Amino acid sequence: MSLQVENLTVYYQTLRGDVQALESATFTVADGEIMGLAGESGCGKTTLAHSLIRLTPPMRFVEGRVELDDEELPVWDMERMNDFRFKKISIIPQYAMNAMNPTRKIGKMTSELLESRKVDFKATLPELKRRLNLVELSHDVLNMYPIELSGGMKQRMVMVLSTLMNPSLLIADEVTSALDVSSQKAVVEMLVGFRDRGFVKSLIVITHDISILYQIADSIMIMYAGQLAEKASTEVIIHAPRHPYTKLLIASLPKVGVKYSEKRLTGIPGSPPLLLDPPIGCRFRERCPVAFEKCLDVPPFIEIEKDHFVACWKEFEKNAQA
Amino acid sequence: MLRLDGVSKVYRVGTFGGKELHAVSNVSFDVKDGEVVSLIGESGSGKTTIGKMILRLLSITSGTISFNGVDISTLEGGELKEYYRKVQGVFQDPFSSYNPIFKADRVFRIIREEFFPGINSREWNTKVESTLRAVGLNPDDVLNKFPHQLSGGQLQRFLIARALLLDIQFLVADEIISMLDASRRIDVLNLLADLKSRGLSILFITHDLSLGYYISERAVILYRGCVVEMGSTEKIYYNPLHPYTKMLMASVPRLDKKWEEVEVELRAMEAELSSGCVYYERCPVADKDGGCARDRPTLLEAESDHFVACIRYAEERPPLYKAS
Repeated sequence: MSLQVENLTVYYQTLRGDVQALESATFTVADGEIMGLAGESGCGKTTLAHSLIRLTPPMRFVEGRVELDDEELPVWDMERMNDFRFKKISIIPQYAMNAMNPTRKIGKMTSELLESRKVDFKATLPELKRRLNLVELSHDVLNMYPIELSGGMKQRMVMVLSTLMNPSLLIADEVTSALDVSSQKAVVEMLVGFRDRGFVKSLIVITHDISILYQIADSIMIMYAGQLAEKASTEVIIHAPRHPYTKLLIASLPKVGVKYSEKRLTGIPGSPPLLLDPPIGCRFRERCPVAFEKCLDVPPFIEIEKDHFVACWKEFEKNAQA
Repeated sequence: MLRLDGVSKVYRVGTFGGKELHAVSNVSFDVKDGEVVSLIGESGSGKTTIGKMILRLLSITSGTISFNGVDISTLEGGELKEYYRKVQGVFQDPFSSYNPIFKADRVFRIIREEFFPGINSREWNTKVESTLRAVGLNPDDVLNKFPHQLSGGQLQRFLIARALLLDIQFLVADEIISMLDASRRIDVLNLLADLKSRGLSILFITHDLSLGYYISERAVILYRGCVVEMGSTEKIYYNPLHPYTKMLMASVPRLDKKWEEVEVELRAMEAELSSGCVYYERCPVADKDGGCARDRPTLLEAESDHFVACIRYAEERPPLYKAS
């Protein structure tokens, strides 16, 4: 198992109390697995990603255990995480467009970055150039300032930088949101290529665009209001979801070939709860068409079939009967 | 209803404006009453520029845009105001469409001051509330709030309500879905579909093909400011002819097909559709303007007991023998 997360709970500290952004997340990502992480904005997907790599205030570590390649990650300790960051676990941040220092040439910035991690830049240079070729960037970019690159080029440059140390786990946070459809395709195919070439062992791809995950992910995990709702292989999530939220979410996505005059799609009534004072039990309860009295307790995230996890009392009961 | 005739927009760029940038060149299409037309293209294809020219936020370099037969670039003063009574736009980013210092309902107040100065408060409030209900919002939840207290979907529907207060006939919807969450998108799309069935025409600007397909009858595909393909949505989606449209169709992430499948399908379609001589691509003597690219040559008897499928021999002899 590449990544193992157990009961990870992270809150945001505010003056009005804790925002319960991530509530006892338990899941694993296997070696070579590309896991998609999807959900509405504010459901905690970015919180989950950041708590794995850079847990800074106002984020507060409450409890949980994270293991990467059988080694515990001290996610609550900023200093000790330095040994893991970039080398073992790396991120392509949401703001990748602005991630590079605008006052340094890209080559200079890269060498400073590597030196700060006590890696020899000269020795790494041939590998860096080889990877630039792979993402179809000319070597001249090393002598340019970030402002001279287009959005897609910056995105690819950051991808190369983030994966330069062959991390075990790469987190790609909304890497395609700001790109055109054709560059979106190129970027996510490069991510898959990085995995296939072994530059990264496993990947967590965060996006709100489920159709992108369908193209590249091996498995998809759906989050709702800080809780995990469902995790299964891509095919199962898209074609046979079990959690009511996943069902409604997938059904509300327009597909090519669906016209409102022939088949009117419906949204999910209501809106997500505020996480400052979240409802007890299942947080989807108020919008759920099949909710019943048991939903006042938090449903366990159980494996109902092999590699198919669902947090729903209805499924729990069905499973218990079977 | 709305008609674009050879519309172009040229920007002067470079140090002394020495260079020209053709943002939109020679675009013509029309939108009929109660019709939704999708304008599809990538960023930089000029789709927003077209929307802004229709709303008179940008001047037109050449060509004309006419609304119900009247050239809109000639409108001034009171006539322009009447135009805005009928034509309104909603833009991509709902958050930046509001002034964060003021409450969100200020957008309604401006409409009242500008367009309905005579109306009394009670009548106006009823009108606002019924319009908000029409876009699926509960007035008690959303009135008297600041923009940051409302979600993106609520703000976007607020802007649509603002446009509806004016009894509009034409709406320019510029990427109004892109900023919304997946679970919210469909509500706003269905709202547009309802408005259309009430006779509103919509120019739906998007880069997402499945959204365009869901709502529109006709689609216009733009590339670098030029229309490369337009027509009925079904025909464009199921039988894209222009190479750019094909590429676009192949890169859109879809939920029903994987990228590899789409590519295989397109290639198969290509083989089927390419009507010219099968050897055309590699033929050193192919006639570029002539029939080689257009017609697949039939098997002809060039001399007795010697058949060839090449157009060069067709001119000399009529086909004596036609193979299937």
